[in-house]
Amino acid sequence: MNTDNIIVQVSHLTKNFNNFTAVDGIDFAVHEGEIFGFLGPNGAGKTTTINMLTGLARPTSGQIAYLGADYTKDIKRAQPLLGIVPDESNLYEELDGFENLGFCAALYGMPKSEREPRARQLLEQFSLTDAGKRPFKFYSKGMKRKLTVAAGIIHQPKILFLDEPTTGIDVASARQIRALIRQLNESGTTIFMTTHYIEEAERLCHRIAFIVNGKIIRIGSVPELMQHVQQDHILQFTFADAVQLPPDVESQFPGCAVSRLNENMLRVQSPQPLPLMPLMQFFEGRSMNVLEARIIKPSLEEVFVRLTGVEAGEMKKDKEGQKK
Amino acid sequence: MKTGIAFWNILRKDMRNYYLKPPNISWGIIFPFAWMLMFFIKSGTAMGVRDILPGVMAMSILFGTTSMLAVTITFERRNRSFDRLLLAPISLTHLMLAKTLGAILFGIVNAFVPMLVSLFIIDLAGVNWLTVLGAVILIAVTSTFLGLFIAVSVSEVFEAQTFSNFFRFPMVFLCGLFIPISQLPIFLCPLSYIFPLTYGVDILKAAINQQGFMIASISFPLLLVFSVALFMISKHNIQRRWIY
Repeated sequence: MNTDNIIVQVSHLTKNFNNFTAVDGIDFAVHEGEIFGFLGPNGAGKTTTINMLTGLARPTSGQIAYLGADYTKDIKRAQPLLGIVPDESNLYEELDGFENLGFCAALYGMPKSEREPRARQLLEQFSLTDAGKRPFKFYSKGMKRKLTVAAGIIHQPKILFLDEPTTGIDVASARQIRALIRQLNESGTTIFMTTHYIEEAERLCHRIAFIVNGKIIRIGSVPELMQHVQQDHILQFTFADAVQLPPDVESQFPGCAVSRLNENMLRVQSPQPLPLMPLMQFFEGRSMNVLEARIIKPSLEEVFVRLTGVEAGEMKKDKEGQKK
Repeated sequence: MKTGIAFWNILRKDMRNYYLKPPNISWGIIFPFAWMLMFFIKSGTAMGVRDILPGVMAMSILFGTTSMLAVTITFERRNRSFDRLLLAPISLTHLMLAKTLGAILFGIVNAFVPMLVSLFIIDLAGVNWLTVLGAVILIAVTSTFLGLFIAVSVSEVFEAQTFSNFFRFPMVFLCGLFIPISQLPIFLCPLSYIFPLTYGVDILKAAINQQGFMIASISFPLLLVFSVALFMISKHNIQRRWIY
């Protein structure tokens, strides 16, 4: 990652819809060679931001600069620099894989002599050579996603925008897509991606921005973001039966925060090391039969939940429900 | 050069994906043929064919072009493949021209189907072919841009079809296709003149039957004005509604 070369610089970017502010004065920069993650719950403003950056929406105010030049008023001029992979595969059902890639290349003005070898190369790179002559409508969801990513990079853009790249596809395909993203980045493609899978962002992204209600509330590398929870100690208890939150637990163990994860799981969190045996005894004394006590390593999810107040599981369910 | 490559490939893709599909080819042949046959049977002589030829040609263009735009624009917009075009580095004017040129060509071809059928039935001596060609092209352009205006004003394909009929059926009766404007109730006559097809049909009537009642040198520019206005309004609607 080259932190000197900024590919995209966004300043005070705002988008209003009548009285609703979808994106509220956000600022960030994406550096050459990095994978920049944009993480937030539904309706946070992720897609609106991508739409403004790529030319499908007009900013109400603020600035968008690519490679140091201001394109706010005319994103069209910047579009040759951008590759875009939307959250749903939107290639042409009737065309086969090779034709789809050729058509997408032609939209960027690539002559036949360049686009055909490039399409063949991408089909091979994305393990789709055999499917190259099959109409897109007969592809599996995972294959559709891969071809859509290939279409996004056919013209070798300076920056690739990926909107929820692994949503709605099976585990094996999602792994392949993640491997491809890593591979693309290693070969020099700068990537801006939105995702609601926190673990995916944690694994793939060099830097992450958390966006909630149209505002960026934190940006940093994973280690920088993790600093907020690294001092935390977490114990997760699983009980034999359904339990309620004991009302006196926090007074008995000052400094501890206790939360109920589900009907038979509690989580105890503290900036101080946690006393395991006294906690076990406390629960047993209240007829709460502990089956398991597990030390939990703080994750990016903790940071996200703490900063946004949105449970990651809820965010995931929301998004997948929408896709269905 | 780059715009040219994009333009040609958008047009080629639409031709292959939509216009050259067997159902559309058969529609383009059967629709005007059925109308010709209906009038031929009704009149019982071949004489009536020449009278109705301008109307059938204009109607073939109108229905052919407006129906296709609902698919090539509204359907692609609905399944979001149109976003791919909006995100390409091609100007909106070029993009919309590439998307509509296929429909214009389809309309022109549709118009000449009844003309070809007529060649086997009646003598077409005395037809001013150059004027016919000019009128067919301009009717195709205007009808296509009317279809574009409809396609960008709605969100669903069925809405486009319904909204199209809101324009198409009044035009069939009010534009002098089969009922001369002079025979319409007086209060409907002004309506005839707000539809571009009235001017196109009049040029065709003058060129085929020498029965036009307006001056072609006024009708041609008027059709051009309608075309430019419909295109500009459609473009404005896309910028306002789709690049929000």
